Amino acid sequence: MIRLVLPAALLATGFALAADIPANERRSGFDFMSSSTQQMQRDDTLNPAMLWVAEGEAQWSEAPAAAAKSCASCHGDAVGSMRGVAARYPAFDERRQKPVDLQQRINLCRETHQQQPALAAESRPLLGLAAYIGLQSRGLPVSPPQDARLQPARSRGAALFNTAMGQLNFSCAQCHNDNWGHRLAGSPIPQAHPTGYPIYRLEWQGMGSLQRRLRNCMTGVRAEPLPYGADELVELELYLNSRAAGMTVETPAVRP
Amino acid sequence: MAALLSSATAQPLVKYVVTGDAIPDSLTGSPGDAARGRAIVTNRQKGLCLLCHTGPFAEERFQGDLAPSLAGAGSRWTEGQLRLRIVDSRRVTPSTIMPSYYRIDGLTRVGAAWRDRPVLSAAEIEDVVAFLKTLRE
Ligand code: HEC
Ligand code: HEC
Ligand code: HEC
Repeated sequence: MIRLVLPAALLATGFALAADIPANERRSGFDFMSSSTQQMQRDDTLNPAMLWVAEGEAQWSEAPAAAAKSCASCHGDAVGSMRGVAARYPAFDERRQKPVDLQQRINLCRETHQQQPALAAESRPLLGLAAYIGLQSRGLPVSPPQDARLQPARSRGAALFNTAMGQLNFSCAQCHNDNWGHRLAGSPIPQAHPTGYPIYRLEWQGMGSLQRRLRNCMTGVRAEPLPYGADELVELELYLNSRAAGMTVETPAVRP
Repeated sequence: MAALLSSATAQPLVKYVVTGDAIPDSLTGSPGDAARGRAIVTNRQKGLCLLCHTGPFAEERFQGDLAPSLAGAGSRWTEGQLRLRIVDSRRVTPSTIMPSYYRIDGLTRVGAAWRDRPVLSAAEIEDVVAFLKTLRE
């Protein structure tokens, strides 16, 4: 079984790679938002993402086909069985022998345990399930598994984070490590902590995954965005999660 | 095949000579148009300047704060110095975040729509330089 370690231990062993932002200066994207957007996230009755959560909850106990089992029939009540799960994804998958993120993990259950086709990237049912499972980790610390098999992928994610790309030739680190808190036109640059995904983004007028957010940043520097599900995106997610180890899960967050 | 095609369609960049920290000669051989330059500088899809810079543009909301104000740039720098700072700012300050506006080599994963094209054309660079020269304090 995957062993969890305390975030303090992660940092002490230098596990969090080039955590270029000192631990005591790390801040969630929440802190850079206007107070009205913060209020929208704080109050579940105002947070539009709760609609997706409610749909995810309904799906959890529905059999997707007559012969198939529901998620609940294997996993029971998500409030207990899924507590803390989202906080440690991406994690290593035995069958694929590589890291998978939470949405890929959900689709693995769809395919292998429900004999159903994978749900499409960014589809409403996939985001709903991910938001519902994510909610079961809200308030818990981001807890990347200390699993040596993840290390090569996590290092590749760190390397990509520091690689300049696109016509404008920016690395993620140049904005999110070196210039966080400054304004790019009207928007404050956050530190890129993946603590709230999937999020309801006002600009999208809808829900989106971390991969969608990462693809947006790539397009912003006029780079060719990595395709949904690409190993490189999962590697970036892995790195971002280790960089945010110990921060509080906010799913489902609201972002501008 | 793909490589052949892309190299055949890529626009070769105008060659230029750097003297000290400046490109003294116009990339097009003629002076730019300051009014067109102003439009490029304030256009967030084209010049992108106000993503990072502020400047004397009262009508523009949401200017960046990643870089010094452009106000007075025309008194601080010669035309040739301004040209090099737009063409290839990294040549002046290797660690700068200011994009090189007239450079297509040494880039990674450039999006299909932008491949083998500089951010601004030689004529657009000259327009921007002409405009910046008018920003005097
Ligand atoms: C030119 C600067 C810039 C670059 C380069 C950039 N980003 Fe961003 N990023 C932003 C801005 C600005 C936002 C916030 C957008 C908003 O609030 O509208 C953001 C948001 C994010 C977020 C969301 C954080 C949250 O609180 O939800 C993540 C994660 C992220 N970026 C990761 C990346 C990664 C990974 C890369 C490299 C592939 C990257 N970014 C490249 C500017 C940048
Ligand atoms: C037939 C039983 C079965 C069904 C139905 C099923 N799962 Fe699973 N699920 C498993 C098993 C077994 C595992 C452990 C990994 C494995 O062997 O695939 C698992 C693992 C998971 C995990 C990872 C848990 C962790 O601790 O890392 C998540 C998340 C998950 N399932 C979500 C779902 C969702 C969402 C559904 C419904 C769409 C679903 N599962 C349907 C059996 C099932
Ligand atoms: C991504 C951010 C960014 C963008 C976009 C950008 N710059 Fe800059 N620029 C900078 C930074 C940062 C500096 C400070 C010098 C350095 O980093 O070496 C600078 C410096 C300059 C300077 C010299 C500074 C001075 O003292 O006057 C000029 C002139 C200039 N930029 C013009 C422009 C123009 C014109 C554009 C648009 C065509 C532009 N910049 C776009 C970030 C940017």
